[in-house]
Amino acid sequence: MASLIGSYSLSFGLFLSVFIIFFSVRNLRNTEILDKRIISFTFTQFFFVVLSFFGLIISFINSDFSNETVFNHSHTTKPLFYKISGTWGNHEGSLLLWLLVLTLFISIFLIKSSQQPKNYRILTLLFQQIIIIGFFIFLIKTSSPFNYIFPTPNEGLGLNPILQDPALAIHPPILYLGYVGSSIIFSSALAAMVTSHVSKEWAKHIKQWVLASWVFLTLGILLGSIWAYYELGWGGFWFWDPVENVSLMPWFALTTLLHCILVLEKKKILTSWAMILSIATFALSMSGTFLVRSGILNSVHTFANDPERGLFILIFLFTLIFLSIFIFIFFHSGKEKIENNFFWLSKETSILINNWFMMYFLSVVLIGTIYPIFLEVITANKISVGPPFYNKLILPFLIPFLIAMAIGPNLNWVKSDFKDKFYMMVFLTISFLLSALIIKQFDIKFLVNTILVTSAFFLFFSTSREFFVKRFKNLSQNIAHFGFSLLILSVLFNNIFSNEVITNLKIGETFKTEKFTINFENIDQEDEKNFKAIIGKFNIQYLDGSSDILNPELRIYNQPNIITSEADIKTNLFTDKFITMNYVQNQEYFNIRYQVKPFMIWIWISVLLITFGGSLSLFNKRYEI
Amino acid sequence: MYGRKVKLRFFFVLLILATLALSVFLLIKSLEENVIFFKSPTEIKTLSEISKKKIRIGGMVKKDSITIISKEIKFIVTDFKNEINVIYSGVVPNLFAEEKGVVAEGYLKDKNFFLATKILAKHDENYMPPEVKAALEEK
Repeated sequence: MASLIGSYSLSFGLFLSVFIIFFSVRNLRNTEILDKRIISFTFTQFFFVVLSFFGLIISFINSDFSNETVFNHSHTTKPLFYKISGTWGNHEGSLLLWLLVLTLFISIFLIKSSQQPKNYRILTLLFQQIIIIGFFIFLIKTSSPFNYIFPTPNEGLGLNPILQDPALAIHPPILYLGYVGSSIIFSSALAAMVTSHVSKEWAKHIKQWVLASWVFLTLGILLGSIWAYYELGWGGFWFWDPVENVSLMPWFALTTLLHCILVLEKKKILTSWAMILSIATFALSMSGTFLVRSGILNSVHTFANDPERGLFILIFLFTLIFLSIFIFIFFHSGKEKIENNFFWLSKETSILINNWFMMYFLSVVLIGTIYPIFLEVITANKISVGPPFYNKLILPFLIPFLIAMAIGPNLNWVKSDFKDKFYMMVFLTISFLLSALIIKQFDIKFLVNTILVTSAFFLFFSTSREFFVKRFKNLSQNIAHFGFSLLILSVLFNNIFSNEVITNLKIGETFKTEKFTINFENIDQEDEKNFKAIIGKFNIQYLDGSSDILNPELRIYNQPNIITSEADIKTNLFTDKFITMNYVQNQEYFNIRYQVKPFMIWIWISVLLITFGGSLSLFNKRYEI
Repeated sequence: MYGRKVKLRFFFVLLILATLALSVFLLIKSLEENVIFFKSPTEIKTLSEISKKKIRIGGMVKKDSITIISKEIKFIVTDFKNEINVIYSGVVPNLFAEEKGVVAEGYLKDKNFFLATKILAKHDENYMPPEVKAALEEK
């Protein structure tokens, strides 16, 4: 029943697009005010998508296995929370979520934009409708979440256990709020070009949307990365895997756009650049969906895929890009007043430098991600591009990037002098001495690391100082930049000082290193609702006499039949102690990995700080950047 | 002669071109050094020389081939035409099992012996790395 309602709601929602488009086009010519019917139809459409989404959730909760999606991704013994999150933990459901967010955002947009010119609002709605219709058709034609199975199976296939995790359950909705938020920026940029509305006011108004989607995208990436850290038990938080890169690329574009919008808001320059970025961000989000769903990406993360779906998204993506290029060329007048007041040392130059580096980082990730695809098509060579590639191309360029980031916010618009030269020099010296001291303690490449850590410390000190002198004028930007310096520092220290031991142990065996001993004491078994747990007891003894008890788990899920490892992580402010136990087939040995990861928690905290900075300016106008 | 505006534009274009050239140069150079090629056991047999670079191999883990000697795990990767012995000391993903697809990253010692530094984890039990699929389909 719920499936039936869901299915009809979808068709009805698509049907409503006809009315929305009809009234919108008519409203473009006549009257000065927005036709109320457009708003009601948009809301009705949103309502039907919500109805359809709830239909799917209810089918999941009721374990209605006559629905193919539910059958493929659920099971009666699954906890309620994961039954609900199973709704978007699969291809069909996640596309329905896309659609839900698309229609939600255009509804909010119509409410929030009442101060904007009528035609600009209608055109934004129309462009958004094109995207919405595309997704409706995509859902109904190639990936309907409401397909029937007959006869109805008694039991479903279950959700992949590694997806049964709180962080990953809420990861897609958060990430999509960021991803799909860029659709509004895209539609609005196109509408602003057509109506010649690209102005300081437009920048002020769209900045809210840019900030909102940026906050969600950052949070979404953070959640995915926390999940990968503890659930996959790889002991890292970023692997430069293509599927991860696909979410990082729009983030680069969006961050660049955010900074660019700030300049546009103040000076009405860089308009073309802002338009290009708005289009690029959405195109990158869409192509991310395409790459993940089409099976083209050669990744360990790849989900269920289907070439027909890939082809659809590809055609759709090209249509949108073609449309936007067309509008950009024929409607956008790039005539900016470059006044004769361009100076090298000013806030806008520093933002330009930021954009410059961001674009470079974006291209590195882009090429690292798609180059293997092209090479395989051209030469049939199968390759992969690993972390060394990214480290080599990104790390050195972080140095000037961080320094520019430390100096930039202290400059004025238009023309500036180096203020606080004295402080800057002092900070630079302290940073250098401090990092040289830290790095020297350890046997690692001295030069590169010292310079890198110095620049991160420099940013850290100069942003810290702002908290005391600026009287909260730029509080949100300050917090975000401070968070970023903290992030870089934690990541660097985490990389430099990490330590790990991997070995195979039988129960009762001991593994000795110079600094600690690992005792594999025993194992316990427990029966849970939908899995059996094997819990290992490890006693780790350190030279100074202290010890830790760690209890990693192996979970044997019955449906689907999969073994997963649950890491046991002891977290404190300075280090994470992390142990995973893996099963080796037909052997009495367990594969054990013990890791000491310094400053892990600071990586999460600093990203939270960055997003907090962003949300602060979203909610409190006083702290506007 | 020329206005400030024109000079500025010219300078910008020059700067963009220079950055582009530099980026392309760095990218290509880094790609040459850090790209990891994928080979199936059969492709390894036909190699004329053993490269010292890191590669990935893939295929099926042969039945009854996994053995553990303390720190090391030994197994055989096969594409049903040729096989190769692998020695590995490191984390084994839980989905690593006999008669399942596997991708291992590491160094080729000779045509029969591979020293793995990493076995790639996968997300789902039905997932087959595309390389392995292709390698198996060729048989």
